Formats: sequence, C-alpha cells, structure tokens
Amino acid sequence: MSKDLLNKKKSKEVKIFCDITKCVGCKSCEIACAVEHSQSKDIYSVVKESSRPKKRVKAQSIGKRVVSLHCQHCEDAPCVKACMSGALSKDPATGATLHDNDKCVGCWMCVMVCPFGAIVQDVENHIAVKCDLCPDREDFACVAACPTGALFVGTKEEFEKKLKEKAKKE
Amino acid sequence: MSDKHIERSADPASQKMIKKAEEENIKIAWDRYDAMQPQCGFGELGICCKICNMGPCRIDPFGEGSQTGICGASKDTIVARNLARMITGGAAAHSDHGRDIAHALILAAKGEAHDYALKGTDKLRRLAKVYGITVEGKSIEKIAEELGEACLAEFGQQHGELRMLSLAPQRRQELWRKLGVSPRGVDREIVEMMHRTHIGVDNDYKNIINHGLRVALGDGWGGSMIATELSDVLFGSPEPIRATVNLGVLKEDHVNIVVHGHEPTLSDVVTDAVKDKELIDLAKKYGAKGINLVGMCCTANEILMRHGLPSAGNFLQQELAILTGAVELMMVDVQCIMPALSSVANSFHTKLVTTSPKCIFPGVEHIQFHEEKALEIAKKIIRMGVENYKNRTKQRVNIPPEIKGLVAGFTTENTFRILGGKYRFTVRPLNDAIISGRLRGAAGVVGCNNPNIRHDWAHIEMVKELIKNDILVVQTGCSAIACAKEGLLTPESAFEYAGEGLREVCEAVGIPPVLHVGSCVDNSRILLILSSVVAEGGLGDDISDLPVAGAAPEWMSEKAVSIGFYFVASGVYTVFGTPQPVIGSENVTNYITNELENVIGGKFAFEADPIKAARMMIEHINKKRAALKLAGVMYEKTANAKA
Repeated sequence: MSKDLLNKKKSKEVKIFCDITKCVGCKSCEIACAVEHSQSKDIYSVVKESSRPKKRVKAQSIGKRVVSLHCQHCEDAPCVKACMSGALSKDPATGATLHDNDKCVGCWMCVMVCPFGAIVQDVENHIAVKCDLCPDREDFACVAACPTGALFVGTKEEFEKKLKEKAKKE
Repeated sequence: MSDKHIERSADPASQKMIKKAEEENIKIAWDRYDAMQPQCGFGELGICCKICNMGPCRIDPFGEGSQTGICGASKDTIVARNLARMITGGAAAHSDHGRDIAHALILAAKGEAHDYALKGTDKLRRLAKVYGITVEGKSIEKIAEELGEACLAEFGQQHGELRMLSLAPQRRQELWRKLGVSPRGVDREIVEMMHRTHIGVDNDYKNIINHGLRVALGDGWGGSMIATELSDVLFGSPEPIRATVNLGVLKEDHVNIVVHGHEPTLSDVVTDAVKDKELIDLAKKYGAKGINLVGMCCTANEILMRHGLPSAGNFLQQELAILTGAVELMMVDVQCIMPALSSVANSFHTKLVTTSPKCIFPGVEHIQFHEEKALEIAKKIIRMGVENYKNRTKQRVNIPPEIKGLVAGFTTENTFRILGGKYRFTVRPLNDAIISGRLRGAAGVVGCNNPNIRHDWAHIEMVKELIKNDILVVQTGCSAIACAKEGLLTPESAFEYAGEGLREVCEAVGIPPVLHVGSCVDNSRILLILSSVVAEGGLGDDISDLPVAGAAPEWMSEKAVSIGFYFVASGVYTVFGTPQPVIGSENVTNYITNELENVIGGKFAFEADPIKAARMMIEHINKKRAALKLAGVMYEKTANAKA
C-alpha cells in the first residue's frame, strides 16, 4: 500500500480530490496538515512550539456545502506565472507546484492570483506557504487524517469511477 | 459597506451596533461565528465522544469508517450520552442558581443578610404548606428559615420525591412514578447521570435518555422552581408592570450601569444602591444627570419583572451594549456571559466587573458578592461606574434610538387574577376561552439567541404566527426580550397581530397577547400555570391532554436542552429550531422526536423555519383539541384567511 502511494505521489496524473458529499468540515485535514508541517510533528507538542505551524489546507464553507481545499497543483499554474522572484516553479516529473522559501519575497502576487485561495500568507516569516505534498512522508497527512474518506488520492478517472459507484449504491 | 448587519439581526438597534463594530473593526459574536465555519460535522451530529482517554472517538456518519467507539459504544450510546450530559449541564446551572437563592433566603431569615426583606409572605405561607412546614405561632422569619432549609435539603436528598412534584396533576405524578423518573433529589440525579455516562456504564440509549428526563424534572420541578418560588419570597412576586426595552434605554447624559447574568440576589440590591443620594450627587459632580440602571439577559428579566427597570437587550446584545460607548460599567454574575466581553470592553472605557466566585474572567476586576454585605458591595460597584463616567469618550457615544414599551411581570398567580377579573382568582376564564374555541390554545416560546439564525427573527416570526392563530403565548428569557423589542408585549399589539378570538380575550381582560413570565428559571412558572389549567377542569386530567405546545427557536445553551426535556417530560410537545446534536443516531432521534410521546406524553421536533415550526405547533394543538372533543376554533376561517 505504502509503495503504491509512493508511486502515486510521483505520478503526474494523481491528485487529491475531495468528495463534497462526504466532507463534514471537521477540520481534521487542517489539524493534520499543521502538525505535519511543525517541528515536532506531534499534536500535543505543537501547541508549545514558539512558531506555530501553518496549515496549507482549509475546510471551507461554500454555500451549504463544505469542501477541503488545498493547492491543486495546476498544470498551467497562475501562481508560477505571477511569481516575480522565481520562488514558485513546476516539477516537470511529478507535476507538483513547488515553492522555494528562500527565494520568496512575500509579495503575495501568488495569493492574489490563485483561483482556489490555496496559498496562505505566513505573516510571521513574510513568505507564502502552500501544499508541498508532504515531502517527509509516504502518504498525505490530510488524506490520512480524513475520518470520512472524503479526501481521495488517485487519477481523475479513478475519482469519477468512485463517484459513479457511490451513486449506483444509493 | 455590506448588508451583513441586516442579515445578522432583525433588530434595527442591533443592526446599527453590528455595523459600528464592523466599521471600527471590533470582532463580535457574528464575526467569530463566521471564522468558525465550517463547524465540525461530528459535533453537530453528536457522534464525537471525548468521555475517556482511549478517545476522542468519532463515528463515520457515512457508514464506511468506524461504527463504534474504541470501547465499543455504538453511535446510539455516544449520542445519548452526549445529549444526557447537556441536560445535566443545564440542570446543574439552573439548580445551582436555585441553591444560591435558598442560601440567601436562609441568611435573610436569620437576619444575617439585612439588606434583604422577606417581601413575598403570601407565597411563603403557600410554599410552607407544600413543604409540610407548620406556620401556626411562628414568625415569618422562622417559617422562611425552615422553608429555605427544606429546599436546600432537597438538593442532597437521596430518597423519596421532590416536594414540588406534588403540584403537578395527579395523573402526571403517577406516570412519573410508574416510569421511575420522579427525581429523588436535585443533585442526586445530576451525579447519577455523570456516573451513568462514564466509560463503560449505561449503554442503552433509551435508559440513558429516560434518566435524562429525571434529571430535567429535577431542574424544572426542583432547582428552577426553587429559584423562582424562593425569589418571589425574598424579593416579592412580580406584578404586571410597564417598562422599556432595547439599546435605546441607555442614556447619553447619564452614568449607565448594566447588570448582566442571571441571579437576582445582587441585581435586586443594586436597584436600591442606585437610589443612593451620595452616589447620585457624585454622578452630578462628574457632569451626568444621574445614574441609569439597565439589565441584560435574564438579570434584566428579574429586575424588569419586579422593579420595571429597563432591559437593554438579550444574549446577542451584550457586546452591542458596550459598543454604544455609553456604558460606564457592566457587572456580571453567572451564565451566558460571553468571555469576549472583556476584550470588547477594553476597546472602550467600559469597566467590566465580575461578582461571582464561580465566574472569573482573567484580567477583569472581581468584586466578590456576599449576601451579608449586599448593599455595601452594590454601592462600591456603582461608585466605580460613576467614577468611570469621566473617562467616556463623547465622540464615540452612539446610542441607537430604538426603544419599545412592554408590560412584564406576569406570574402563575397574578395571570389568573387578571384573567379572572378583579374578584375571581381563577383560571376558569382561560379554560372557558379554550373550551369555547375563542382561544385555540396556548404556547410557550422561550430560549436563547444564536448567531446560526438571524437574531430575534425566529422568535418574532413564530410568535406572530401563533397569536395570529388565536394562541395565547407566554414567554421567558431572551425570547421575551426579542418579542418585546418588536412591540408584541403590549396590549395594543393584540389589535395589530392577534387573531380575532385572542384579541377579544385580550380586550376583555386587558392583557397583551404575549405574556412575559420572567427569566429562564421562571419557565417553572409555565409548569405551574399548566398544572392549574388541568386542575381547573374541562381540558383533560394531565398536562399532555392540553392544547398547548412549547418552542425554543433560537436555542444555544445546555440550559435550553434541560428546559426542553422537562417540558417534554411534563407532557408538552416542544419544537427546537436547529436540531439538538442527535442526528447522528437515527434511533435516538426517533426516540425523542417520536416514541417518547407514547412513553411520557411529550416529544421533540426540530424545525429551523419559525413559520413551519409554528404550523407544527398549531397542528399539534388542533390534534389535542380534537382528542378533547372541543368545539371548533371560533374564528377558524378568519385565521385561515390571515394565514
């Protein structure tokens, strides 16, 4: 399973999807993301860290629905185009949108152009923060934390197939 | 600027202050509500269990993930336990309030709290009878002391039944006994519920909920009733009284003092303290014209009912009152006091003062209240307010002009006197009006505010719909204040809003179509009114036979859940706005919204749309009328045409 996930992570086609009919807005993904991006990676220690970790995913209300939303790693990413310092770039192999903290000058252009509102301002350190696909772990913290299985890792086709199966069951 | 302020509240005064908060970038409850979205689905559904340290456990509501907690508790058990603990929290709050009143009564009777007089001697004698205390040859003080001790003993009582249960209809008492839900002692049932819901104890959801009924009955017919009745003994029973309501009661040229919270022990003495000549002179020295004392939330209701003092507003207006920039001091005791008050007060010159050892705010001045030195402490606090007048920034003062008149002060006893006319102390006319179909029935609309529904809107819409359909409405708490601000608590409102039958009753008796019976512990008054209506005859032999219904359209507190449960356990159909956190369990939801009716005569319904909820209450009342084989509603056609 873990190998499978690792391979998936490297695939250009694989993304994290959110089934909005299953997202209950518990924010478990937010907590897990913040913990993953902390120094201790431990929920009880995180609260004592001097610099609080920034979550890069947000359970958002859209009308009456709730959706767990993070960087979509767009093919033609507007943030990369808008980035004047070259901090944002595309990884040609995995398709991931990468962010280099050292190059970031905190101009917030990426924050403004992102159509998903998925880039977060780290005001403390004056840099942009976004989903980095959890480089320190084999799977994704948010997906692993999702208690309802609303977050799904796979290709667009796999996700559509899953939704269709679910519709059939109902 | 957006129209957020209009979406957030139906009250124009509140809208202005919400807008002011937005302009000045001061965060208030609605902003915090927005920031909190989305709220956790597990919590909303009641399927998160944090009772033991194997957890927290969460049941996947979609049936794919975990379906039991680590201990094996099903979603039914988890939901029932969480709900039971809400009932228990509410019952504990009301009952602890009752305990404090009993304590104050004893001190007053012993002469140790000399700032209190025993004003309600009629009620004292009546209660002495209920508690089996002989009155012959005893002084008022002696009777009061014995009554206070008898009530206090009921909190820790381990056997038998609470005395006030004997005021319920005979049939109801028998049913409670048969079901084993007659509370033995107030605290005992609360403690037992904490035990039952501990890890690895009760896991039959019906058994848990049934004990919840017992806890709640210990609140309604115990803690809350003791609070209400002994307050009447100590401070006197309210009488119908004219007063004013809404933020417009704050005065630009006066020192404004707001009392906020729930218990009347301190606030009642404050009403005397503000008449102190020395303090008034001091206020004048600082350039104010005098001292203006107003209430907030249920403390407001207590001093409104007994002294006709104005009410500045309900739960969601506590921050807004400070936002007027005209409040010198807000003193608080217990319950429904937002921790956010200290930061809002810091944005203005307003001084916040806590008075109860049970309710401390970090960084906020605490002046502890002692019954023995009540007036002295009250004066000290008022003086702080007066001294603070000079710190007011005149340019920031912005008091909305909205102010409405109302009549408050209805009680179990005097409502009947009014309905019966001056010489007939009886509910007969009320029963007759219902039997003849002039009135369709009666409803209690009570409860809180909640930013999850437009402030005041649900209360107002529901009550208007009910009175339009010839249903006499009784109200308490924040709900009463909401409708008072809309002008529904005036006799004149009968002409504008009431159905023809209700209007005739209001005209004949000279009452508003909506009766304010007090604070949230005073919901116990409604239980006694219902019992009197049953005793009067002609409408069945139990509360569950009556064409009545209850509602809490904007509820938020645990106290509201306890109130809901004691009404249901007393046989009343009760509609809550947003659902209680039970939806995660179909079984528990079905039990409390359906099966319970066959068990105990009352049940819940959940409906956030106030008009739909009112129609459900009307349907229920019609059903009860039909079961009693009563005549049709006299002006049914008119009512339909209006609907």
